[in-house]
Amino acid sequence: MSSKRGSIAVVGVAESDLGQVAPDTSPLDLMAQGTFRALEDCGLKLADIDGVFCAATQVRMGPMALSEYLGIKPKVFDGTQIGGSSFMSHVAHAQAAIEHGLCEVALIAYGSTQRSVSRAAASPREINPYESPYRPFMPPSAYAMAASRHMHQYGTTREQLAEVAVAARKWALLNPKAWEKEPLTIEQVLNARMVSYPFTVRDCCLVLDGGGAMILTSGARAKSLKKKPVYVLGTGEALSHASISSMPDLTVTAAAVSGPKAFAMAGLKPANVDMVSLYDAFTITPIFFLEDLGFCPKGEGGRFVSNGAIAPGGKLPVNTSGGGLSYCHPGMYGLLVMIEAVRQVRRECDKRQVKDCEVALAHGNGGVLSSQCTVIFGSPSTI
Amino acid sequence: MPDLTQRSPYGTYLEHCRKGELAYQVSAADGKPVFYPRVAAPGTGRTDLEWRVSKGVGTVYATTVVYYKNEPPLNVALIDLDEGFRMMSRVEGIDAVNVKIGMRVRVKMLPGDEKQPPYPVFTPAEGSQHHPGSTSHPSSGRRGE
Repeated sequence: MSSKRGSIAVVGVAESDLGQVAPDTSPLDLMAQGTFRALEDCGLKLADIDGVFCAATQVRMGPMALSEYLGIKPKVFDGTQIGGSSFMSHVAHAQAAIEHGLCEVALIAYGSTQRSVSRAAASPREINPYESPYRPFMPPSAYAMAASRHMHQYGTTREQLAEVAVAARKWALLNPKAWEKEPLTIEQVLNARMVSYPFTVRDCCLVLDGGGAMILTSGARAKSLKKKPVYVLGTGEALSHASISSMPDLTVTAAAVSGPKAFAMAGLKPANVDMVSLYDAFTITPIFFLEDLGFCPKGEGGRFVSNGAIAPGGKLPVNTSGGGLSYCHPGMYGLLVMIEAVRQVRRECDKRQVKDCEVALAHGNGGVLSSQCTVIFGSPSTI
Repeated sequence: MPDLTQRSPYGTYLEHCRKGELAYQVSAADGKPVFYPRVAAPGTGRTDLEWRVSKGVGTVYATTVVYYKNEPPLNVALIDLDEGFRMMSRVEGIDAVNVKIGMRVRVKMLPGDEKQPPYPVFTPAEGSQHHPGSTSHPSSGRRGE
């Protein structure tokens, strides 16, 4: 049995404090702060939560640790850990659980203090004897090799990659919560410190503290809560590999699988989407996902993003929060990717609000282009 | 299937490395190459894996240059071996920035040290020509997926 469009809805979302948190703050402090803010957002109480979904790099057994911290005993718990797209996966699993009556109110939470404790401490690398001897700088080098392949096959340029960073920065300047506060030019991206060719530091996401929470319930119960529900219209999950040397084709991601699944469930096409939230760990990733999700033909992503096309005022609003590149990237960014999409559908985005935003797509990426999960959100008018 | 109380797939691979050989596996039933070494073929689950020694010649599939602080630029690349498997490695003997997709390369076994067992790197093959098939994905049943 497959899940049904609109059977569940997002009713509460919140970020934890973002950026740089106080010394000795724990990832669980951030998850809990996000949780209580999200409860406030929807008017539900802690005791209403009977499903806990969570993943983090610093908390190995997330649902257990978070349930203890919150002092709740959930009926359903899921710690699926597939990197940054874990939270999209949690939405799909929460939907199945709620549809089957296993739980009624699902909490999805994330927290990281990677800026405070260092990325190396927050996400220790696993040794792979077939890769580690070559000392790739992970994860940037994996994405850089994928970019090298895209550039080779399709003529994608470093300037086109830089367009993605510049567009993100323009959106970030419209978001008071964004980390970056200064304008950015293509030349500045190209001339920044080289990290792993073709990426300079400005092609790479931020390394910050942060987290958040999302609360979902059945479509029926969602109608009686504080804000208008944001319905889950479609979900799709896909895995293609774990290590970059085992990725079948470095120019095609499993978003080409997860996207069509989500669109089929939603009964929609890319042309129906008003706003797109794409996991931008590196400037190449939105290019891949625009192609693989069907917003442009394969190989055209670099040309698609050129001339400010995904920046404010462009042809497709992408990453209106400022993205992982300029707003916040706390290690696993997928939950924040979805929160922005939900807020756009709710019309809560003030200066960066996309006009008449009825349908928003959030796409998560995990590992080294390894896991790809898509969620399509819709306003009550889409039901 | 190997007896894992006696020997691991990586252990066998390393024994070949110590002899200066780049080893991979082939599934006897369909001839498909398998890399990294496993206890069974991915996708089919066949346990008929046989060890082979690669001729050590291949083509650069993807490449990057890593800039670590206070170090010369470091190449990291994915190499498609002519036998039809892909591995991560690096190309030595030329500037890291001059390693290009499509470049033909030949394996060279590095001896390693106390911390790092021997491991294969690559150098440009003599008269290094760009491989005509390098712009497309290797098609010859590279993996069992």
